[in-house]
Amino acid sequence: MGDWKTITVPVLSSDSKNIFQYTSERKRSPTTMNSQVLRLPLPSSKNMHSFFSAFCTEENIEQSIAYIDRELTTLGFPSIYVESKGKELNLISVINCINELLALQHKNLRAQEEVEMQHLKLGSDMDHLQNCYAKLKEQLELSKREIVGLQERDRQLQSKNRNLHQLLKNEKDEVQKLQNIISSRATQYNHDMKRKEREYNKLKDRLRQLVMNKKDKKIAMEVLNYVGRADGKRGAWRTDKTEARNEEEMYKVLLSDYEQRQKQLLVENAELKKVLQQMKKEIISLLPPQKQKPKERSEDGLVLSDLEEDIGELNKENMWELSCETVREQLTNSIRKQWRMLKNHVEKLDNQVSRGHSGAWNEKDVISREDHELETEKLELEIQQCKEMIKTQQQLLQQQLTCDDETTLLLQDCYLLEERERLQEEWRLFQEQKKNFEKERRSFTEAAIRLGLERKAFEEDRGMWLKQQFLSMTADCKHSENVTTPSAFLRSSDQDNWLVKSTSQQRKPPSVLNGPVSAEPCQTSQYITHNSIESKIAGDSMPNLWVESDDKEETGECTKSWEDSGAGTLLCRNLHMEQLP
Amino acid sequence: MNFSELFELSGLLGRFSPDGKCLALCVQHSLVVRDVSSLQVRQLYTCLDKIQYIEWSSDSLFILCAMYKRGIVQVWSLEQPDWHCKIDEGSAGLVASCWSPDGRHILNTTEFHCSLSLCQLRITVWSLCTKSVSYIKYPKACQQGVVFTKDGRYMAVAERRDCKDFISIFVCSNWQLLRHFDTETQDLFGIEWAPNGCVLAAWDSCLEYKVLLYSLDGRLLSSYRAYEWPLGIKSVAWSPSSQFLAIGSFDEKVRILNHVTWKKITEFEHPATIASKKTIVYKEVEKSPSVETERLSFPPTKALASSLFSTQSKYEISQVPVSLQYIKPVADRANPKVGVGMLAFSADNCFLATKNDSIPNAVWVWDIRRLKLLVVLEQLCPIQGFQWDPRQPRLALCTGTSRVFLWSPAGCVAVQVPGEGDFQIVSLSWHSSGDSMVLLSKDNCCVCYLEREEVK
Repeated sequence: MGDWKTITVPVLSSDSKNIFQYTSERKRSPTTMNSQVLRLPLPSSKNMHSFFSAFCTEENIEQSIAYIDRELTTLGFPSIYVESKGKELNLISVINCINELLALQHKNLRAQEEVEMQHLKLGSDMDHLQNCYAKLKEQLELSKREIVGLQERDRQLQSKNRNLHQLLKNEKDEVQKLQNIISSRATQYNHDMKRKEREYNKLKDRLRQLVMNKKDKKIAMEVLNYVGRADGKRGAWRTDKTEARNEEEMYKVLLSDYEQRQKQLLVENAELKKVLQQMKKEIISLLPPQKQKPKERSEDGLVLSDLEEDIGELNKENMWELSCETVREQLTNSIRKQWRMLKNHVEKLDNQVSRGHSGAWNEKDVISREDHELETEKLELEIQQCKEMIKTQQQLLQQQLTCDDETTLLLQDCYLLEERERLQEEWRLFQEQKKNFEKERRSFTEAAIRLGLERKAFEEDRGMWLKQQFLSMTADCKHSENVTTPSAFLRSSDQDNWLVKSTSQQRKPPSVLNGPVSAEPCQTSQYITHNSIESKIAGDSMPNLWVESDDKEETGECTKSWEDSGAGTLLCRNLHMEQLP
Repeated sequence: MNFSELFELSGLLGRFSPDGKCLALCVQHSLVVRDVSSLQVRQLYTCLDKIQYIEWSSDSLFILCAMYKRGIVQVWSLEQPDWHCKIDEGSAGLVASCWSPDGRHILNTTEFHCSLSLCQLRITVWSLCTKSVSYIKYPKACQQGVVFTKDGRYMAVAERRDCKDFISIFVCSNWQLLRHFDTETQDLFGIEWAPNGCVLAAWDSCLEYKVLLYSLDGRLLSSYRAYEWPLGIKSVAWSPSSQFLAIGSFDEKVRILNHVTWKKITEFEHPATIASKKTIVYKEVEKSPSVETERLSFPPTKALASSLFSTQSKYEISQVPVSLQYIKPVADRANPKVGVGMLAFSADNCFLATKNDSIPNAVWVWDIRRLKLLVVLEQLCPIQGFQWDPRQPRLALCTGTSRVFLWSPAGCVAVQVPGEGDFQIVSLSWHSSGDSMVLLSKDNCCVCYLEREEVK
């Protein structure tokens, strides 16, 4: 922007001139003919002077003044002539006019600048928008092309799909055809087989005739003597009676088989029934609250459940007497109902559980969790103990392994372990004692500090008292002067001063800390107590002491900062250090 | 655990008698019956040809030896060594032979038998008591085509007539037809009675996943179908209590149906990676033998030598997640090695052992009470067979090595069968008391005695 300004400033100035000129012209043109007359010679003037210089010459000064006056009046300025004296110029009004004109020009210039700026801005905006437009147009083109591409792909895929469908159809047809072929071939094969079988039989027959005719070998059985039947009976003759008996026996066999099967089924059924009964009982025992609720809800429910109960009782009583046919429906119904209840119950429980999980407002749940945590803690503790046990056992084992040969050693180890445990116990006691001691020592140190402080205060008091005595005894003449100046100072800006000091000191505590603290901890502590007390006294009632303590101001300052930034603890530590063995 | 010496054997034909007193072993043409307790030879019979199949009668008095190539069945009596019986099916082409539950009839399935004009499979029921012979027409030649109820009263036979599947139920006492009904199957593959004898499960061939459950009186109780097009059922097992029907299928899953609604209770998957922390994975680990000085003196030198060359193995508990060795099945081969091919319930119904064929080295033991995978035993070699102890929840398995492995809820052990030579156990079967089992290899067998204290 700076560059732009530097470059454009001269241009603007020249422009502004022109503008001014144009505006004046514009304004001028409609006004009078005179202006045109006046303007006529202007372009024709051939000297090197500018337009303004050529405007007014020695000769036309009067006219030009008149012209300007007119112009100015038309512009709303007061007349440049002195009203009373006619043609005499009112210099003041001229100057005022010029000034106003200049101001106006400045204003116009600024406005123009603004307008220029705006123009530029708008131009850049325009550019930007145009760019955007171009880009968007490009995008549009691109997406159009993409759409076209996609459409093309879609079309291709669709055609492919159609082809595949066609192929599938063809394949299906092919399969169908092949199946037909197979089945036709199978039937043909079977037919041929049958034909061949017949042919084969015929051929066999023919062969037999040819062979058998030649050597007619006797088919016979040679037995030394017939043996008795296995059951000792004689073979029965075949009669209609035997046939009927055979039939009967066959049915007997079948019947017995079916009977056996029925028995098996009965046993199975009985067992299943038993299981069912048991299940029912268990469900009922599980569901007392569930059952009561619907009872309370409505009378209909009550009636229904009563009915159900009746049925249940009836079932229980007659379960084993009645055949399944009659009881089945009731039984299944009751079971189904109970099952539904159970399901509802379980679902409700599930919901409860999930709710309990999502928001932990379920008190029971929280308690259980706490219990759980406690339990886990306990268990962890136990685990720890067990681990320790194991460790000790392992150690023992190792020891045992290392010196397995002698039992005495093992015994010794045992003793050692015992001793170790005892020692551990002692160690723990010792630690506790140590802790107690530590506590005591701390309290003791605190007491010591307090004591020291008190002693210091006492010392101070004594010192003050001595000084007062001394001062009252020796200097009487110096008294008034010495007192007034510092007291005035102190009284006026007492608070401020303190504040300044403290802040300035707070900013550089390390430098202050380094010097005296490390070298002479005892002394600093002394200073601290000293100064703090002193300052309090000085601020309140003892202005005369300020001079005396002036030489110790630096240290005093530092101590204050200490106190501000928690130096008390440090102090304690120092004192502590002293007391440590 | 003690082991007997190795006995010669052929065709994996070593069977304990139902009463648990004898052990029948076949060596080519001859049948040796040994006493289980002393292993002394009690009887020795010689058959007409190489024996292909033997079966004890239910009362342990007779043994039938089938020689399918010659179409002959020979029956021997344990009580009367002189007694003999020979059934000649001639050129009819013997396919299968078995005892009826009463131990007095022999059911022979023959291929070329002409009835009227058409040549069909036929079951001939020969009686040892009377001269009477019964015929059952149109039986179907499938894996489990003739099944008896546990109490021996009824027999179910899968039939094929005119390219349609049927099931006939007979009364065993006089071979009278009780029920006859058609099944809604494309190609009936197997039938199995529930242990209580009241429900018959029938399942379709692997081309279609379909299980049908019939009552004894022929009513269709339920049918179950897990999925449609992929290969279906591979194995089926009833729980001893008849409560569950476990169905192992080609999609590497076991589905368990309940006996009340016949709906699926649960599905056991067999993934190659076991991530559940609750599953224990025992892994067989081979460890190189260390020659201990104490052992050098005691065992005979031969045994020592063999033990030096063979490696020992033990179980270690692997940290889950464990990924098991997975063999990707070849897609363009028939009967792909994938899916649950073996399953067995323990005698107390509490456990189910399964094997996924695409993870051949692992046995999965499921806890049926919790319907959860309990244990996976990861072996070094493919599982050849496993069988539950008939008395307690204890699983024995073999992997084609000379080791036998035992699992019980308490833990598991790997036991090396002592002895020289190569003894590759490919099959095993428990004694009915659960105290011993016979371990079978291609050429040898041995009896393994378990001490009760040891297993607890």
